[in-house]
Amino acid sequence: MPGIEIRNLVKQWEAFRAVDDVSFDVPQGSLTVLLGPSGCGKSTILRMIAGLEDVSDGTVAIGGRDITRQDAAQRGVSMVFQSYALFPHLNVRENILFGLKVRRVAKADQETRLAEAAALVGLEELLDRMPAKLSGGQRQRVALARTIVSSQPVCLMDEPLSNLDAKLRAEMRDEIHRLQRKLKLTMVYVTHDQTEAMSMADEVVLLKDGRIEQIGPPAALYETPETAFAARFLGMPPMNVMPMDKFSERTGLGGMVPDAPANWRLGVRPEKIHISEQGLPVVVDAVDYMGAETVLRVHSGPLELMARIDGRALVEPGDELRLSWAPADIHMFDDRGKRRDLDRSETN
Amino acid sequence: MTVSRDLMRHVHGWLLLTPAAILLIAFTHYPMVATLIDSFYSKGSAIRPSRFVGLGNYDSMMADPIFWKVLVNNMWFALGTIPVSIALAISMAMLVNQTLPGRSFLRMAYFTPTILPMIAVANIWLFFYSPYIGLIDQIAGWFGLPGHNWLGDPDTVLPAIIVMTIWKEAGFFMIFYLAALQHIPPELREAARLEGATRWYFFRRVLFPLLMPTTLFVLINAVLNSFKLVDHLFVLTKGGPDNASNLLLYYIFESAFSYFDTNYAATLTVVLLALLAVMALAQFFVLDRRIHYR
Ligand SMILES: Nc1ncnc2c1ncn2[C@@H]1O[C@H](COP(=O)(O)OP(=O)(O)O)[C@@H](O)[C@H]1O
Ligand SMILES: [Mg+2]
Repeated sequence: MPGIEIRNLVKQWEAFRAVDDVSFDVPQGSLTVLLGPSGCGKSTILRMIAGLEDVSDGTVAIGGRDITRQDAAQRGVSMVFQSYALFPHLNVRENILFGLKVRRVAKADQETRLAEAAALVGLEELLDRMPAKLSGGQRQRVALARTIVSSQPVCLMDEPLSNLDAKLRAEMRDEIHRLQRKLKLTMVYVTHDQTEAMSMADEVVLLKDGRIEQIGPPAALYETPETAFAARFLGMPPMNVMPMDKFSERTGLGGMVPDAPANWRLGVRPEKIHISEQGLPVVVDAVDYMGAETVLRVHSGPLELMARIDGRALVEPGDELRLSWAPADIHMFDDRGKRRDLDRSETN
Repeated sequence: MTVSRDLMRHVHGWLLLTPAAILLIAFTHYPMVATLIDSFYSKGSAIRPSRFVGLGNYDSMMADPIFWKVLVNNMWFALGTIPVSIALAISMAMLVNQTLPGRSFLRMAYFTPTILPMIAVANIWLFFYSPYIGLIDQIAGWFGLPGHNWLGDPDTVLPAIIVMTIWKEAGFFMIFYLAALQHIPPELREAARLEGATRWYFFRRVLFPLLMPTTLFVLINAVLNSFKLVDHLFVLTKGGPDNASNLLLYYIFESAFSYFDTNYAATLTVVLLALLAVMALAQFFVLDRRIHYR
C-alpha cells in the first residue's frame, strides 16, 4: 500500500531548475536509491517527498494518496539527515522519544517502542548519554532508532553515511539494509556513492542536472547503461569510453573496434580487457596493485584507457603490450551519448 | 642548571604580568579597598575631622528611608526591564533570522537604539514624554485622551523609565540571540517538523534550551546594567519627583557630589558591589548547572 509514486516533479528556484520533470515509482517495501553527482537535485527531490520543500510542479503520492500539498507531519514519512539532526541538549533516550512525545503516545507504549528500537540498533547501554559523547556510528544509530520508533511506513535517507569512515560506512550500510528488509520499509536513499547504490538498491534512479538519466536495478544499469554518463558513473574504475576517431588504425583489431561514425564513442569496462598476444598495442603509464586485482593505466597514441587484471600483473610502467576485448563486451554511444546497440551480424 | 632556568621562566612570567597587574591594582583593586575603608569613617569637615566610626555609617544607612526607597525602585526597575527585554530580544532575533524581505534593514533598525548614547536616548524620550507637546500626548490627543505629565507623576515616572530602557537594551541583546540562532542547524527544525512539532513546542523544547547559554550571559549583563545604567536620570528626572525614579547608583552620586558625604557614598558603594557580586554568583551557579553547553 504505501508505495511512492512521483510524477513529473519539478523544482524551480527563480531561473534555475534544480529538478526537471522527474517521474519514478518506489514499490512498497523496496529500496530505491537516488544516485548522482553532487548538485544534481537528489536532496531536493527527497525534501519534496518529505514535504520540507514546496513542489513547483508535478505530484507526489504515497499509498495512492496525493500528498503533494500535505503537511510534512501528516505524510507518514520519517527522515534521516546527513548530519543526523540529533538534539544536542537531549540524551539518547529523549532524542529517540522526541517524536513520540510530540505525538502524545502513551507512556507505556513509548517505553516498549524505545526498548525495541534500541535493541534493534544496539543502543541499550547508551540511552543516558548525550549526543556529544557518542561516536559517529553511534549517532547514526540514534538517528536510525528515531526512524524506527516513529514506525512510519516510508523512510527517507539523505546521504546518511557520508560522515563516517570507510570501515564504519560498510558496516552501517549493511545494517541499514538489514533493517529496511526486516521492517519492510519503503525507503528512498540518496547517495553520490555508486558502491552504496550497487550494494543496497532494489532500483537505482540515476540523476544528472535535475533530470533522470536512467532507472533500473543495479545490474541493468551496470550491464546496459543507456548513456555514456551512466556508463561512467557506475563501476570502479569507470568504463573506458573512447572516441571512435582516436583509434588510429583498425587493422588487426578484428571485431574489437566495429564500424561506426567517427563522432560515436566505444565503451569497454576495464575488467573486460585482457592482456593478449594480439590486439591494441599500448604503452603502460601506471600500475596500481590492489591485492585481488591490478589496475593498469595505459595509452595508445592519443587514446587513454584503464584495464583491470585479476591478481598481480607482472608489468611495469613503460612496458609495451597488447590488449584485447570481446566484441560482446562493447557498448556503443552515439554523438549525443545515447546507447546504440549494433547489429551483431554486421560486426562479425 | 634546571633550577635557575625554571627560576628565569618565573621571573620572565612575572615581568610580563607586571604592567597589567600594576594598572589593575592601582585603578581597580586599590579603589575598592579604599572605598571599603572609607565606609568605616565619618564625614569630615573643616572643624571636625573624619574619624573611625566602625559600622556607624551602615547603621544610619539602615535607618535611611531614601536608601530603602532607591533599593526597592532598583528592584522594580530590574524586574521591569530584564524579562521584557529578553523576551523582546528573542522574538526580534527569531524574526530577523528568517528569510524575509528587508531582513537586513530590520536588523539595522532593531540595533539602532543600541548605538545611541544613553544621554541621546534620554533626550529622544524626553520629547516623547513631554506633557501636552510630546509625541505620546499628541497621539493620545487624537483619540481624545487627556494629557499627562509622565515624568512628573510619581506613579508613572518609574514605568516610563523602564519602557525607555527596554527600548534601548532589547536591540543589544538581540544581537547575541541572533548570533546564537545562526549556530543552530536548520535540520533540527526540520526533524521536529516531520514529527509534527508545532513552532511553540519546538521553541519550548529545543530552541529555548539551546539558547540558555546566551540567556545566562544576557541575564548577567542585564542585571549589572540595571544597577549601572543611570545616565538617563541626569537628563530626565534627577531621581525625582520625590525620589520616585531614584536608583542606587544615582543616589550614590547624589550623596557624594550633591551632599558631599563621600563616606556615606562609600558605604552605599560597598553595598552595591556586594549586591552585584552576590547576584552574579547566584545566577552563575544556579543556572549553570541547568544549562547545556555544546
Ligand atoms: N534554497 C535553494 N535556493 C536555490 N538553489 C538551491 C537551493 N537549494 C539547492 N539549490 C540548488 O539546487 C541544486 C540541487 O541541489 P541538491 O538537491 O541539494 O543537490 P544534491 O543533493 O544532489 O547534491 C544545486 O545546484 C543547488 O545549488
Ligand atoms: Mg544533497
